[in-house]
Parts: sequence; structure tokens; C-alpha cells
Amino acid sequence: MSTINEKQLNGSLAKSDFKSTFKGFVRKYGIVLILLGLFVLMSVLSPAFLKTRNLLNVVRQISVIGLIGLGSTCIIITGGTDLSSGSIIALAAVIAASLAQRAGWEAAMYPALAGKLPLIVPILAGLLVGVLCGFLNGWTVAKFRIPPFIVTLGMMTIARGFALLYSDGRPVSSLTDAYNFIGQGEVLGIPFPIIVLAVMAVVTHIMLSNTKFGRYIYAIGGNEQAAKISGLNVGKILILVYTYAGLLAGLAGIVLSSRISSGQPGLGQGYELDAIASAIIGGTSFTGGVGTVWGTIVGALIIGILNNGLDLLNVSAYWQQIVKGLIIVVAIIIDERKNK
Amino acid sequence: MEAEYILMMDNITKTFPGVKALDNVKLHVRKGTVHALMGENGAGKSTLMKILIGIYNPDGGTITFKGQKVDIHDTNTALNLGISMIHQELSPIPHMTVAENIFLGREPLNKFGLVDKKKMNADAVKLFEKLGIKIDPRMLMKDLTVAQTQMVEIAKAISYNSSLIIMDEPTSAITEKEVEHLFEIIHGLRAEGVSIIYITHKMDEVFKISDDITVFRDGQHIATVPANTIDKNGLISMMVGRELTQIFPKEEAEIGDVILSVKNLSREGKFRDVSFELRRGEILGFAGLMGAGRTEVMESIFGIAGYDSGEIYINGKKVDIKTPRDAIKHGMAFLTEDRKRTGIMAVLSVRDNITIASMDKFKKGLFLNKKEINATCNEEKSRLSIKTPNLDQLIKFLSGGNQQKVLISRWLLTTPDILILDEPTRGIDVGAKSEIHRLMCGLAKEGKAVIMISSEMPEILGMSDRVIVMHEGRITGEFSRSEADQEKIMQCATGNHNQQ
Repeated sequence: MSTINEKQLNGSLAKSDFKSTFKGFVRKYGIVLILLGLFVLMSVLSPAFLKTRNLLNVVRQISVIGLIGLGSTCIIITGGTDLSSGSIIALAAVIAASLAQRAGWEAAMYPALAGKLPLIVPILAGLLVGVLCGFLNGWTVAKFRIPPFIVTLGMMTIARGFALLYSDGRPVSSLTDAYNFIGQGEVLGIPFPIIVLAVMAVVTHIMLSNTKFGRYIYAIGGNEQAAKISGLNVGKILILVYTYAGLLAGLAGIVLSSRISSGQPGLGQGYELDAIASAIIGGTSFTGGVGTVWGTIVGALIIGILNNGLDLLNVSAYWQQIVKGLIIVVAIIIDERKNK
Repeated sequence: MEAEYILMMDNITKTFPGVKALDNVKLHVRKGTVHALMGENGAGKSTLMKILIGIYNPDGGTITFKGQKVDIHDTNTALNLGISMIHQELSPIPHMTVAENIFLGREPLNKFGLVDKKKMNADAVKLFEKLGIKIDPRMLMKDLTVAQTQMVEIAKAISYNSSLIIMDEPTSAITEKEVEHLFEIIHGLRAEGVSIIYITHKMDEVFKISDDITVFRDGQHIATVPANTIDKNGLISMMVGRELTQIFPKEEAEIGDVILSVKNLSREGKFRDVSFELRRGEILGFAGLMGAGRTEVMESIFGIAGYDSGEIYINGKKVDIKTPRDAIKHGMAFLTEDRKRTGIMAVLSVRDNITIASMDKFKKGLFLNKKEINATCNEEKSRLSIKTPNLDQLIKFLSGGNQQKVLISRWLLTTPDILILDEPTRGIDVGAKSEIHRLMCGLAKEGKAVIMISSEMPEILGMSDRVIVMHEGRITGEFSRSEADQEKIMQCATGNHNQQ
């Protein structure tokens, strides 16, 4: 009797194992398949698409979205959301750029300092701005238990306002070559922003999957109440997560201003939505507890290829928005369905 | 003879996966009477009522209402027949007015097709006058007291012209004076020929208000008797009079020193003056009916909720526990009663769910030692025989019993001295249940101290070295293993301990 039961049990386990492996495969690689499909489609439709120059361009374009997408991924895994990353990009960009202006530039914000500061100063300043904004986001969420949507909506407006105030609404331009290298330079033929994104992606991945902090991020999104009862200091972890996302937004601001050689207060507008979209398309669940760095990178690539490909095909920018919106909604529908 | 009965439910059976909630039960309610429905938690009262108002469909049986066989497949059918229910958990829409709540879904319209607020308010006033309720129908529901909210719910039930109203523990949250008013309303309704099914745990109320009493136990109909032919003790023995056939793997452990001592702990509105001691090697059972305040006491001890006064000592030292983190540092673990809401992290793997409370153990510098994590989890998996294809499996795909084992191993990895287990075997299959019982005995033998809250009488009697009984936020009885029996515990749990 007991042996039969054992057999039945093993049989059903093996079956569910296969089923879950198959499901797991689709879940894990479904999004990659979509990326490959899109890639093939674009190559067929437009001969310019496959050129190395174009492909590098795609990746360079997604580097900024990718960076803040990593932060958004961490935040969305906790069950939160971040609407402020685009504005933090702008604030970090104008402040960093103001400290990286060329010597002898009469319109420089700080003529006395122009050209005299080492590269590390604007970089640290940009990162610090991001860290500060992120910390404030996290602290407000953790301390006052206000929904992250509202907190970061406020920060979105506030950071943008400060960026405009600081730069007086004008671009901060004429930046040093050293600063411009960050966004425009190449190492062994690879655009530097891509290296920055790759490094941060690896760091974020290791943080999420191989550290205590990372597992706590998933636990909070999985069940905040249970996490608290299990002894986690939920408030502290949330503050750290938002601070980290802020740091990444600051970094993105440096990369972006360097790429266009100008810190503009209007930079990054709407980027936060692309970042969230990348995470969601990449399988991060808006209800929390689920998400990976690789998914988000693939999500960002899909958005990048879509933008680029539709550009090459001379599809109007208006249509591009419509297509992007549809893809986001479809991705969420798929996500909801597989969660059932 | 049949016309006398407004409702006859016969041979009703309902099975849930793994449990027979109702086994061939009947309930006959006479017209114009108050019929009390009694029984322990899980006796099947709520299930039967949910069948009556169309939330559940029965597996078998017939319902005869006003002499006609009826098929109640949803709540609207029940309402149209004239059956309505006032649930124990009231669910008003807080930011709408009293009148809007009462007439929700059937608002009177004016000639422009807009809601006729004047008429709605006037109708509400008429309804309230009839019931002797003094509430302004234009008030928002959120500004009412619990008792007022309840009155509104009653008025709403009556506004459907119901001839049968079910009240599920209507007095659980209101004061004595308000209870009087409620009883007046009930008497008035009865005089008009309305029948009432009254679910309660309170003995005094039963005899004050009801004409007939039906007792359920373990999903079976035990008896229906006129209220004036029975006394409290008779009622209690009907409620608990089961034979204890289930065997528990109880082993005697050596009872050691006092490890936890709670003195005069109180939290406003939840529990008062709770004092007890817990010793190493002991399984201390907390018995009581739902809402007795047992979980709330443990939440205060574990730092999930605060307390207003009282002291907690661990190993003789006074402790100040403000968060679960503090409690864990003091060697406590708390397996909560609501597995879904406060236990599992549904979309996380079995591995994460096991290790989340003891991550510090697995730190290797900045990173986690994954090898050790896997080794530990595999050990736990075989020690507690957790059935899962692998450690990556999401916990939500496991059965209830296996989820519970995962949560137990989560706590065991924090190496606690004091384990608080709140309904540790609720809703899990028999096999897993006895495995968890065996585990509890093993833990006690290791010298750990265990508090077990349970609403299952056989489990309390079978597993506890000592039993504390709570009723309405107070400790009403304490028995050693040899003293404890079903009737004594039920006397204390229903607040009847003074009249023994």
C-alpha cells in the first residue's frame, strides 16, 4: 500500500516537475524570444538595422534607461514604484555639468572654478544629488507610510523644479573633454556608457541574488507583514533601496549630460516611465516579490530596438508611442495570467 | 404542522477538500421565533448560514422556505426570498452616508434619473423610527460607533422586507446598554412575525433571547430543543460531548524553570490583566473561542502590537520588546495564525521562505554562502519531510501542510527558546497535523517552551501540559493536564465559569 502511494507521489512529482520546468522555461525565456523575434523582424525590414554602428547606437541609447531601470526594478520588487528618476537625472545633470565646465568659458556658472576641478568632483556631486533625492524618497515612504507612488510623484516635481531653478532654465554647456568621455568615449571599441550599464547591472544582480540585503528586498515585496514578523527592519531596507535607486539615477544623469555635452534641466523627461516599462516587460511584478536584472535589461533592449527600428522604418514618433504603450499593457496581462 | 416552520433545511451536506464541514444536518426554524444556533468554532454554523444565503452551494440536501422548496444559488435569490444576514464583520462603505449604505444598489430615482436623496433620507428616517433608532441618515458611516453601524446593518436587513434575518454574533462588539436596545428590536421584529437565526457563544444571551436552540458539533446536528427545557450545563455538554478518540503523540518532557513570565498585561479593548508563566519543556495550551483575545496577547508579547500596561520577564529579567526584531533577539518565535497574510511570502521560493529570518547565519563577508543555504534547506526539508520538488519551487504551489512546515523550519533556524504557535494545524491534512504534533513534543523534550493557541478542543486536551482558557480578553481558567476536560474548558471559554 505504502509503496503504491510512494510511486504515485513520485509520479505526480515528476509530472509537476516537468510542467513547472516547461512553465519556468517560458517564464524565464519568453521575453528573450520576443526580443529575438523583434531583432529578426527589424533585420528583415530594414537593412540599416544590423549595421554595427546602429546596434551600438541602440545600446548606447538604452544605457540611461537601463541604469534607472535597475533602480526601478529593485523598488518595484519591494512593491513600490519610482516616478522621480527622470527628474533626478535632470537635477544631477545640471549640477554635475556646472562643475565640469571648460576653462575660459565666459557663460560658465562658476567662472572661477571652470576647468580647475578634477573629474571626480562633478561625478561625486552628481551621485550625491541622486543619493540625497533617493534617500528622501525612501525616508518619506518608510517614516510616514505614504504610498511610494505619491512620494515619488512629489519628488518628480520637486527635483525638476530644483533643476530649473539651479540652471535658471538654461542648458549648462561647454563641458570638459574628460567629462564628455563618460558618455561619448569608447574602450576597446565599446561605448563607455555600455560599460557603465554592464558593470551596474552585474553589481545589482549580485546584490539582489547573493546578499542578505537583496533577499530582504524580495521578502518585503513578497509579504511585508511576514517580513516584519520575521524580524526584518523593513523601514531601513526601504530607505536603502530608494537611496540605491537614487544613486543610479544620479549616475544616469552624469552619463546623459556627458553624452550630449550639456546639462539641461529638461533632461530625462518621461524616462521614469520607460524605466518602469523595461522592468515590467522584463517580468518584474508590480505586486512585488518578483523581478530580475536580466529581465529588465532585456525589457530595455526591447524598448530600444522598437524605438530605433520604428525610426529606421520611418514610422512616425506618434505611432511609436502607441506601439510602446500596447506592449507594456500586453506584458502586464501576460504577467497577471502566469501568476494565476 | 408544516406551516409553523418558516425554514426547513434538511440533510444538508457540504464537503471542502479534506474536510466534511456539514454532514447531513438539519435546521428547522419556527415562524416568528428567535432560534439560537450554537456550537464551537468549526462546528459548521457559518457554513450552513452561507449555504442559506447563497454564498456556498451544498453538495446535497433540501431547503424549504415558507412551505416551498427553494434553490438558493446566489445572495440575490436569498434577498428576494426574504432572507438576509447581518455578518459578524460589518462591511459598511465608510465615506458614504447612512442612507446611501442602506439603499445601495436600489436607490430611489427622481424624474431626471438622478438619485432622489430627499426620498432616500426620508425612507431611512421612517425605517429608523420603526426600530427606535436615532441616527441622522445623512451622517457618514465612518463617523458612527460600532453599535450604530450594527443598527444600520439591521435596518438595512429589515428594509428588504425580510421574513428571516440571520444575526452572526451581533453583540460581539457592543456595550451592554446597546445589547438591551438590540434585544428590544429583536422582540419587536418577532412580534411582527419575523424569524431570527441568532448565532452566539454567549450563554446568558441565549437564554434571554431565544425560543429554540440548535446545537452543532463537528459538522453534525446534535439537537434542537426549546430554550426553556435546558440549562447552561446541559447546553455545554451538548456542545462538547464528543468522545475523544483521536490519539496524540504526546510524550512527557521534563518541565524546567520558568522562562517567560507575563504580569498583568493589558491592551485597551483587546485584553485585560493577563498573567501567566511558561516553563521550559512545557506545552502550554491557550483555549478559547474566536475573538477571546489570545492572538492579541501573543502579538503584544512578540512586539507586533504594543500594550498599555503590564510587564514581561524572560529568564527572570524584565524585557522591553517593541518590535518582532527585539522578540527574536530574546529567543522568541511566533508562528502566526494567518498563514497567507502574515506567514508565507507567496511568490518567493521555498529556499527564501525557510531562510529569511536567519540570513545572518549564512553571511560570508558581504555575500551569502549559497552552498550552506542549500545544505541547510535540504536538511530542513528531510527533517520536517517537506514535500517539494526542489528548493526553487514557489511556496504558493505547496500544500497547506507543507507551507506550514516551511514556516516552522523558518522559525527553528532562529534557534528560539520560546515558540508561540498560533493555530499550528489549522486547515492542514491529518498526516501533516500529526507530524507537527510530534515535532512539538520533540521541541519540548529539547527544553524549549511552547505556547500553543488552538480552537480545537481535542488538540488542546491532547497536546497541552497545562491549559489556560480565555474569554473576552481575560483569563478565565487554568487547568493542569489531568484536571482539564472538555466541559470545564467550555465553561470558561463561554464565560460561564463562575456558575460551576
